[in-house]
Amino acid sequence: MKVAYYPGCSLSGSAKELDISIKAISGPLGMELVEVPDWNCCGASSAHSTDHFLSFALPARNIIKAEEIGCEELTAPCPACYVRTFLAQKQFNEEPHMKQHLENALGQKFAPSGIKVKNVIEVFIDKLTPAHMKKGLQGLKVVNYYGCALVKPPKTFGFFDDPENPKSLDKIMATCGAESIEWPYKTECCGASLCFTNQDATFKVCRDILQMAQDSGAQAIVVACTLCQGNLDMRQSQVNKKYKTGFHIPVIYFTQLMGLAMGIPADKLGFDKLFVDPRPLLRSLNLI
Amino acid sequence: MKEINLTQMLNKNKDFLDKLKEESGQNPGQCFQCMKCTGGCPFQFIMDFPPSQIMRMLQDGLVDEVLSSFTIWTCAACATCSTRCPRDLDITRLMDTLRVIAYRKGISGKGKNMHVFYTTFMNSVKNNGRLYEIGLALGLNFGTRNLTQDTDIGLPMFMKGKISVFPHKIKGIDEIRKLYDYAGKIGE
Repeated sequence: MKVAYYPGCSLSGSAKELDISIKAISGPLGMELVEVPDWNCCGASSAHSTDHFLSFALPARNIIKAEEIGCEELTAPCPACYVRTFLAQKQFNEEPHMKQHLENALGQKFAPSGIKVKNVIEVFIDKLTPAHMKKGLQGLKVVNYYGCALVKPPKTFGFFDDPENPKSLDKIMATCGAESIEWPYKTECCGASLCFTNQDATFKVCRDILQMAQDSGAQAIVVACTLCQGNLDMRQSQVNKKYKTGFHIPVIYFTQLMGLAMGIPADKLGFDKLFVDPRPLLRSLNLI
Repeated sequence: MKEINLTQMLNKNKDFLDKLKEESGQNPGQCFQCMKCTGGCPFQFIMDFPPSQIMRMLQDGLVDEVLSSFTIWTCAACATCSTRCPRDLDITRLMDTLRVIAYRKGISGKGKNMHVFYTTFMNSVKNNGRLYEIGLALGLNFGTRNLTQDTDIGLPMFMKGKISVFPHKIKGIDEIRKLYDYAGKIGE
């Protein structure tokens, strides 16, 4: 099936490996990704902190562009983009005065939006079956880290999983043959929205998360969120420097591990883009 | 200790509180101080007032104190509070709205870094339609006079192809400008 794909600024930059791995697995899972034409930044997290109209209008323009391609589903893999896009569609359909403002601003009329906005877990979870598995990820022990943006608050964003104890990534990892360790920090916030403006706060919570992952006995942290990944992986060296710790924990997108389990060659999954290289670990387990 | 006349304060700030309710769709008056929000807030340790206290301050009309607090800027918008509130208050949405109002009024208080970040970010999107990371990093580091922040991860990011040297301007940049112009006109 054709799925409208909104990479957003992060998947075309700092989260390149998520883009690479999504493109690698979507074909074998029967999906054809069609990039939203001429998309713009959704404005997260600055627009919703500074201007109500722009926080709606920027993602609304992307929704209008996505509707033009004629797909039933739209996925915005970055959770910050997903949340803004999901909310904007809700406002677009349910708050006539906001839509009116948008129509005034662009000088055009728009029909209600019917495309189904899905997050990165939602879009893959039903399409993955044991039949897609070429080799299991046996021996790999992970903790699944969902972060906050994907799951909270449940009433607003309509996510299908439990906001305090989500299971969808655990389910995907089980299908892939990896062992998921239960741990208490599944949905703790990593402080990504403060990572440029209050680094003391961000580094503290990142240290706590990395410490808990290590104490839980995980060999790697599995993530779905671009912001969490950037914070825990890219900034792991900064956390080590500040707290004189020696963390060396790979922080891997679930799509990369799915790809590996589906038999896609490791060099097509963007493992080299990660700061903490997971390949020595994967090699030691004979997974690559 | 400063003396505050709460009745006067509430009367004086009634209009503001009504506007806050309208813009956020939330009524801080609903809060009964169970403190679940504060208990679960991952950034409470760095705030000057915990979220439950901000709710109480709003109930008492202490608007200036709330708008100049560090709390509204260092709220990470993780929505743990909104998820757990037994009164169904979307506290995150309230914090967002307080930030928008403070930003609109030009009050940065203790959130100067955030103010610079948001402004630089929004200008970058206005100019290109997409975020230009190098421009954002430079604007932020100059604006906050913290020139060396994140320079250690900048080069590895570049080597891994995670940041581009030049901005990407979208074709529909005129539409983005129209949205910004309109936002300026309606002031919401």
